[in-house]
This record gives sequence, C-alpha cells and structure tokens, in this order.
Amino acid sequence: MQYGKFSNLMIASLFALGAAVPSAIAADSESPREIYDRAGCWGCHGYEGQGGRHGPAIARTPHNYEAFSAFVRTTAGRMPPFTERVVSDEDLQAIHAYLQSRPEPPPPSDFSLLQGVFPE
Amino acid sequence: MTKKKVTKDTDLTAVDRRKFIAGVAIAGASAVAAGEGAKAAILPQDGTAPAAPSALRPSAQMVAAESGLFQEAGADGSPGTVNGKPGSDFMVDVIKTLDIKYAITNPASSCRGIHESFVSYGGNTMPELLTATHEETATAMGHGYFKVTGKPIISLCHGTVGLQHAAMAVYNAWCDRVPVIMVVGNNTDAQTRVPGTPTLHTVQDPGSIVRDYTKWDDQPGSLQHYAESMVRAYKIAMTPPFEPVLISLEEHMQEHEIHSPRPLTIPRLTTPSFPAGDMNAVREAAALLANAEFPVIVVDRAARSQAGMENVVALAESVNALVVDRFGRMNMPNTHPLYQMGSAALQRADVVLGLELTDFWGTVNNFTDNVAQNVSPNVSPDAKLISIGVGDIYIRANFQDFQRYQPVDIAIAADGETTIPWLTEAVKAAIPAGRQAAIDQRGADARRNLAATRERSLAEAAANGWYVRPISSARLTAELWAQIKDEDWALVSRDQSLSFWPHRLWAFENHHQFIGGPGGQGIGYGLPAAVGAALGHREHGRLVVNLQNDGDFMYAPGSLWTAAHHNIPMLNIIYNNRAYHQEVMHMQRMASWRQRGVEQALVGTVITDPNINFATVAQGMGVEGIGPIEDPNDLTAAIRRGIEVTKSGEPVVIDVIAQPR
Repeated sequence: MQYGKFSNLMIASLFALGAAVPSAIAADSESPREIYDRAGCWGCHGYEGQGGRHGPAIARTPHNYEAFSAFVRTTAGRMPPFTERVVSDEDLQAIHAYLQSRPEPPPPSDFSLLQGVFPE
Repeated sequence: MTKKKVTKDTDLTAVDRRKFIAGVAIAGASAVAAGEGAKAAILPQDGTAPAAPSALRPSAQMVAAESGLFQEAGADGSPGTVNGKPGSDFMVDVIKTLDIKYAITNPASSCRGIHESFVSYGGNTMPELLTATHEETATAMGHGYFKVTGKPIISLCHGTVGLQHAAMAVYNAWCDRVPVIMVVGNNTDAQTRVPGTPTLHTVQDPGSIVRDYTKWDDQPGSLQHYAESMVRAYKIAMTPPFEPVLISLEEHMQEHEIHSPRPLTIPRLTTPSFPAGDMNAVREAAALLANAEFPVIVVDRAARSQAGMENVVALAESVNALVVDRFGRMNMPNTHPLYQMGSAALQRADVVLGLELTDFWGTVNNFTDNVAQNVSPNVSPDAKLISIGVGDIYIRANFQDFQRYQPVDIAIAADGETTIPWLTEAVKAAIPAGRQAAIDQRGADARRNLAATRERSLAEAAANGWYVRPISSARLTAELWAQIKDEDWALVSRDQSLSFWPHRLWAFENHHQFIGGPGGQGIGYGLPAAVGAALGHREHGRLVVNLQNDGDFMYAPGSLWTAAHHNIPMLNIIYNNRAYHQEVMHMQRMASWRQRGVEQALVGTVITDPNINFATVAQGMGVEGIGPIEDPNDLTAAIRRGIEVTKSGEPVVIDVIAQPR
C-alpha cells in the first residue's frame, strides 16, 4: 500500500475496534483514554489520535458526536463499520470525548527542530 | 577488519596468481593454449621469473619454474595430500576476473574447498570472505550492497540447508531486480561423498529450490564447464532485468587436483548492451507526453544510479510532469517541485507514464481491503497509459510478483534507465509550438504547491504527538534530521513504519541516500540488507542511518554481529513499537468484520512480555547499545552519542520505544 491512498481518507475515519463482550462489562473506572486504547483505535490513529500512515489524525475531531457516530457505524470504506455490538454508544461517546479533549498543538514555530528543515 | 595473516610464501603465490589472472583477463582464451607457446605467452617482459598459468594443471616443468617461490599443496607427493593445484583454486581464478569484492558465507562443509581457496590461495581479497550468522543474512547483505554500489556479491552456502535458509532473501532480491550470485556446495556422487550429514546435505538439483525466482542456474560437470557458467552467470545477473543466479559446485571438483583433458580457459566477460526501447514506440510515447494537458510520471525502480535519477528529473522537467514516487529506489529528489509522495495527481492525469513499476494495476486502480473488496479506477478512463520496464521482458509463472494484468496503450519492453534519455530527447522534439506556455504554467503550479506541502508537513509534524510517549514518528524523524542534515548521510531502510516522515521532512537529493525496500516484502530483509548497504557506503565514509523495525530485527539479529566483526559503521535506530504492527491491524480488521472481540487481536501479534531490550541484545554482540529511550527529550543526547560511535567506525543501536506508526 502506498501513502497517498490513505492521505485522502475522511478525517472522521476511525479504526475503532470494540470488544465482542458488551461494554457494560468494562470497569466503571475506565477512563476515556483507556476505552480508546481498549477499542484499538490506536492501531491506525496512534495513541493520541495523531494519525499515521494507516489512519488520518482524529484528535480534536471537528465532527459532533452524531456525525462521528454515523460514520463509525456505517462506514464501508477501508475502515470497517462498528456497530453497537462491538462499540457501545457509551464507549463511543467516551472515545469522542477523549479525542476532542486532546490539546491544541503548538505551531511549528514553537519548535526549534522544525526550523530550517527544508533547504532554501 | 578481520584479516587472515598470510605467510610470505603464500603471499608470493598470490602475487604470481594475480599476474596470471591479469594476463588471462586481457588475453582471454588465447592465453591458455597448451604447451610451450602458452607458457611463452604469459612470460613477464621484465625478465623476472615466469608466472605459470594457474588454469593449467602444473607440469613438472612448471613446478620447477615456480619452485623458487612456492610449492603447490602436496607438490611433494606426500601421501594424504592433494597433489597439484586443487580445482577450487581455479574456481577462485575465474571469480577474480569478475570484479566481485565480497563473498559472504555462513560456513558450509560442502563449500570447504572453495572457502579455503578464497582465504589462502586467493589472499582473501577480491573477493574478501565475510562471515554471516545465517544464509539469509549473507544473501540480503548482497541485496543491500548492490543497491548502493551497483556490484554483486557472492553468497556462499550449502546447496541444501543453506540455500533453503537463503531462499527468502533470494526471493526478495528477485522481486527487487537485484543480482546476487548464489554459489552453493553439493556432492551428487554418492561414491565420493561422506555418509551421514554430508549426504543429508546433498540434493540432485539444488537450483530447483529457488528456480522460480532466479534468472539462471547451473551445476557444472567439469571445471571448464564451471568457468563458462560462472562468467555466464555474472553476465546474466548483471544484464537487465538484474536478478539472482545460482552456480552449484561439486565438492569433489572443488577439493581435488585438477584433472582436465584439455587446458582450462577462462572466458572473457562481455557485458551486453542494455535493452533500450524501440524508438518508434518511444516516439509514440513522447508524442502523448508532449501533447498532454496533465501528464503524470510514476516511478518505482526507475533509477539505479545518480545519472539515472538525474535523467528522470530531466524527463519530468521536459514537460513539467508531476512525478509520483512508489519508493522502489531513489528515483527523484523529494525537494523537487514536481516530486509527489501521494498519488492524488493521477486523478487529474490524461497521460500516465509508468517507469519500472512493480504494480501498474495497483497504481491506476484502488482496491479497498473491506468485505466488499471494492475496486475503483484511480485515473480517468480516457487517460492514456504508457509502461516502460523490464517486467514485459522476463517473467516466471509461479510466484505472483508480476501482479495483476494492466492493459496499457503503449508497452515498451525495455530497461527504464537506459530508455529514459531517448524518451526525453523525443519528448523535447515532439513539443508542439504553442504548448510551452502550458508546460511552464504546470511548473509554476508545482513550485507553489511545494511551498504549501512543506507548510502542511511542518504543521502536521508539530501536531503528531511531539511530547508523547511512546515517541512519535514525526518527533524521532525531526530529532534525527537535526543531527544528520549537514552530514554526508544515507538512509538504508524504508520509512513506511514511520509513516513516511523522513520523506516528508528530510531532503533526499542524492541517489545514494535511499535504496528502496525488500522487493518481495519478506520480513527479515531489513537489518541484513542495511548492513550490506552500510558495507557499500563504508568506503565513501558516509553516515549510514538504518530505521530498523523491531519485528524485522528479530529475524536475523546476527547481522549485527557481522557489522561488528567486520567494522561496518551504521547508526541503527530501532523503531520499537513492540509488535508486528501490520498484523495487529489485520487482526483488528478481521475481528471487526466479524464483530468479535478486538482485544484478541493482540494474541500472536505483539512482541511483549517480556519486552525485548535491543540495547542489551546489541551489547551481547559487541555493539554499543543505547536505550531503551522512552522519553522524547532523551532523543537528542542518544542520537548524538550514536553518531559519535558511528563516526568512530562501528555500528551502534539506539532502542526507541515508539508509536505504532
């Protein structure tokens, strides 16, 4: 597979993967980040939702929960759909909240390593 | 570097042999006619002692002529010794005419004859024998070495157990159009072979093990046959399509004295001209490109040299066509405005030129790995397709490296690198009056887009988890670049696992700075091929960087010992995501399709419990190991130390705990 094929995926693409077991079994104390990890979203989108070769960045998703959920439940593209059987509404809401909680990154100008990267 | 000490006598022997080789190489078969005439033909002109033709079984006169300098093994006729010149000495004579710098071996008893000849008779030079801890390592080292130097190595191993170990590396080389000369030992004569293990290590037809993915093989029945086959093997391997070849050496022929009914000769190597495209087809293709509204060039293994890469640039600039990189080789500087990492440009193309593509079908079609397996075109149905490559010249049936069949409008069966300059000239001649303004506009658009692409890359790097643990691929890439960008550096690995961040943030401008990937995508190529590539870079003093996947490392970790033993400097950064992560995603996909528990996707796909400490693995093989580095703020110092070690002439390993991609 080549990079370009994935760069155009919708930003809402989420390789979120739920458990066969009902989410109600999940511990009540599980944090949104832990739910995100358990669902396997990190596999394609990274632990921070920063994106990578196989999945676009989804941190700070601009989509509200309804749009986000609709995509996750019905996508038929490279990312498979996830019904309530594998990711409960409750878990998906927690994942959405986690992604929206990711801090805004500083601009490149804040990082010395990102200065003078390219040749003049 | 480990060098075998040679005695004064053997050293003198080697000198005389080299003189003879030079004579044979120049004079070819004419220098090896039997009798006094032949002897006269090789007499030095400076009045020094005559050098005997080593290709001949030494007569008593010859031994006498040489006796002031050395004695052949067993020349005194001692019982239990080989009298006269052993066959493997002649085998080495032949190899010395072929400009092969290294033979790499995991030692094998079926090769003991030629092994001994390499290091004693041959002086362990041209080729120098290097030690590998696995035959896959030896062969993959040759794979990496060729892509840096353009020269093949010999991979020396058993024709049975060794060749089967090497097979995956042979397949990778095959798919990647890389010549490796497999020289294997075998003994088909039951009467002369030792029972037990040596018989288990015997096969009637060793070439059959890898014949589906070698270009040619032979098992010579005589030394003269061997001489012709070895030269032929080199010639075939080094003619496009470059591919592996195999020569099987009979043990008895290696080990015992030469018995030849006629004087042995070493054929002269004549390398054929490379196949260039038919000029009628080239002109037809040029007309399409010159008249296109939006031509796009897709490159995979289009350039195997700096000149080849510059020719790709010249072709692209002739019509300001965007160039989509498929990363099989260093095809084009990524700092060039026409360079494209993604394939989005194809959707606008009215003419697509594919140069040495592995997969033209997959270039112009999108195949979605979902339940429905959706296929959609990636180009307009009206787009004209042109292919230039050796894929139409040579193909085998069994392994599917030829990919799906893609109809094209013009198929030029030829070597891409050889054909490109002709195509460029034809394109320039075909540009119609009035078209230049549109071509210039495409160039201006590309320059503007380059600036936007760079801004986007920096912003996405900053947003790519700069401070997080595990360390992000963008952060690691930026940290490395800050310390290598002013060096003469070379990347000897792919960067897909780092989500291509090096290709987004580093300036790849010279051909030697990138060598593509494994070809057959067989895991286990990475580390040994990187060591082989680093060997090729060593004589140039380049700072070699290997972005090494953790899973791949564990296939052939002994490659690191070879790097240490032979003083091959290289900076190995272990991109340690503690998984066969591609497989993690596949298992997640399966579980999700079937709506079953994705937690199970980690069973059989992660490399944890215990976590591998690659720094200590390295230390156990005499290589300085740094890490594991878990805090991104520790990267700067770790990389600085790694570069210090590398510049001192040694390999080094930095274990970096990283994000999945």
